[in-house]
Amino acid sequence: MTLPSGFSRLATGLLPAGGQRSRRAVGATIAIGGTIVGLIALVGLLSLVWTPYDPGAIDPTSRLQTSSAAHWLGTDKFGRDVLSLIMAGSRTTLVVGIVAVGVAAVVGVPLGIMSAMTTRWWGEAVMRANDLLLAFPALLLAIMLTAVHGQGVVTAMVAIGIASIPSFARVVRSGAIGVMKTEYVLAARAAGRRPLAIAFRHVLPNVMSLVIVQASVSFAIAVLAEAALSYLGLGAPPGTPSWGRMLQEGQELLFVAPRLEVYPGIAIALAVLGLNLLGDGLRDRFDPRLRDRR
Amino acid sequence: MSQDVLRVDGLHVQVGELELLTDVDLTVQRGERVGLIGESGSGKSLTALSIMGLLPEALEPRGSITVTGEGGRHTQVVGAAERDLAAMRGRDVTMVFQEPMTALNPTMRVGDQVAEVMRIHRTVPDRRAAAARAVELLDKVGLPDPAEAARAYPHQLSGGQRQRVVVAIALANDPALLICDEPTTALDVTVQALVLDLVVRGVEARDAGMLFITHDLAVVASVCERVLVMYGGRVVEAGAVHDVFTRPRHRYTRGLIGASDLDLTREDGRLYTIQGSVPSAGRFPAGCVFRNRCTHATTLCEGLPPWDGAGPEDGFACHHPVVVKP
Repeated sequence: MTLPSGFSRLATGLLPAGGQRSRRAVGATIAIGGTIVGLIALVGLLSLVWTPYDPGAIDPTSRLQTSSAAHWLGTDKFGRDVLSLIMAGSRTTLVVGIVAVGVAAVVGVPLGIMSAMTTRWWGEAVMRANDLLLAFPALLLAIMLTAVHGQGVVTAMVAIGIASIPSFARVVRSGAIGVMKTEYVLAARAAGRRPLAIAFRHVLPNVMSLVIVQASVSFAIAVLAEAALSYLGLGAPPGTPSWGRMLQEGQELLFVAPRLEVYPGIAIALAVLGLNLLGDGLRDRFDPRLRDRR
Repeated sequence: MSQDVLRVDGLHVQVGELELLTDVDLTVQRGERVGLIGESGSGKSLTALSIMGLLPEALEPRGSITVTGEGGRHTQVVGAAERDLAAMRGRDVTMVFQEPMTALNPTMRVGDQVAEVMRIHRTVPDRRAAAARAVELLDKVGLPDPAEAARAYPHQLSGGQRQRVVVAIALANDPALLICDEPTTALDVTVQALVLDLVVRGVEARDAGMLFITHDLAVVASVCERVLVMYGGRVVEAGAVHDVFTRPRHRYTRGLIGASDLDLTREDGRLYTIQGSVPSAGRFPAGCVFRNRCTHATTLCEGLPPWDGAGPEDGFACHHPVVVKP
């Protein structure tokens, strides 16, 4: 059996032809992802000082309007301006993402480094507990936490954060094990450096690229998780602008005013796309196989 | 009066039932340069790590290792608390590693890495003094434009330059003992000589002792005064470099020297080699560890050959030593 003649051409087309070209592609990926994420962050900041309308202002006289000069993206069933809601909703998305990733990194990174640096039993125990946590979906964790602490953005953030700990711990541990085997760590020990100092001065800076990549990937997952939680009524409470909430509120009018689903949906998709592009690009940029071809 | 900076007595290292080092005796005096030679897997690096107290946790050392630092401060390495070891490492004993590419932290400026070792042991009063002293040291090891080099990251330097930085770090605290683990193996031949010269001058200026690990006999001949030959985790021969190299007594030493002499050929015109290869740990024969590769081995060699010599500084352990014709 022979392969179709186009196969090899396809295969060579998929593989990077050389460092030069792939690096340019990596640069473009980072630039596009970074621009999208930057725009969302900018919109979020802008919404703090200015939105076209007060995102919470209910106006029964202008319900369910389609796009117009006054309301660019129309209004929802309460007469609220959709553009203003999306702008304000980006804030919730960003805050949830930042706090969730922060919680995950602050707990996960030290756990990963510690378990890589020790040869004692508890290093292994930490990773097995980690596996256990990995088995819990973020949503299940959020439902449990909500049952205990009640609905709220804080509960959602913490739940998503806790659920993201294992991926940080895993990635950092594998990176840190590699760093611990290097001669400069041996040299640092030979110079009389204590373990804590080695962790901070030598291990942490050298796994930082992994942490940054993982942060952007986890951020994207957090955005999705927040939308899902709010949609299920476990995240942002009524009155808090949130993309997931908008999806839920527009659901019953899906056939009357599908744009109420489309616009927040596009916002969520765009945010996740931007973060994933950024994460992929950064991973390739930090890839040691590409790094030396500067 | 001569003063031992390093005294190793009856060092054994084992992992589980497996013995990796057996009865290693070794002394280095102030101002003395001692070579440790042998093939890969003969226990040279393990000896160095034992002295630093840096053995992996699974390996258990037995015996006695005493390091005497500045002001007669003794450290009994085997069984020492981690705190005492940390105080010794980088201060009384420092180490130059084989691979200059990986011996420096890629995320730290080299000046900071030189300054760090002085800050750890507080041999300089403050951060600023450490930075100034780092530049001074980088100048001493011959880096062009040391102030600029101090601000560079390791990847901006060549292999030889990096090894110079590693030497600067090793000499920063004026150690009593410098351990070099194949410091020039990864370097170009032309750079090798420069780095060796640098190390020797650095050690001489400080009147420090040096333990030089290598499998390059020519390097030992040019750098060291005394040499120990290791095989199978044992010291098989020791003596002054000139004596050992011109009149080897142990059959293994003879083989090593024969194999490294590229002018010497057998009757069939081929270079001399030691037949076979180094067994993996635990596969060495009982009795004389070399007997399965030795052309002179007899049944006598199934018994452990006794140490034949005045002391650990000079002697050999072989049942059938090379007899020198007068």
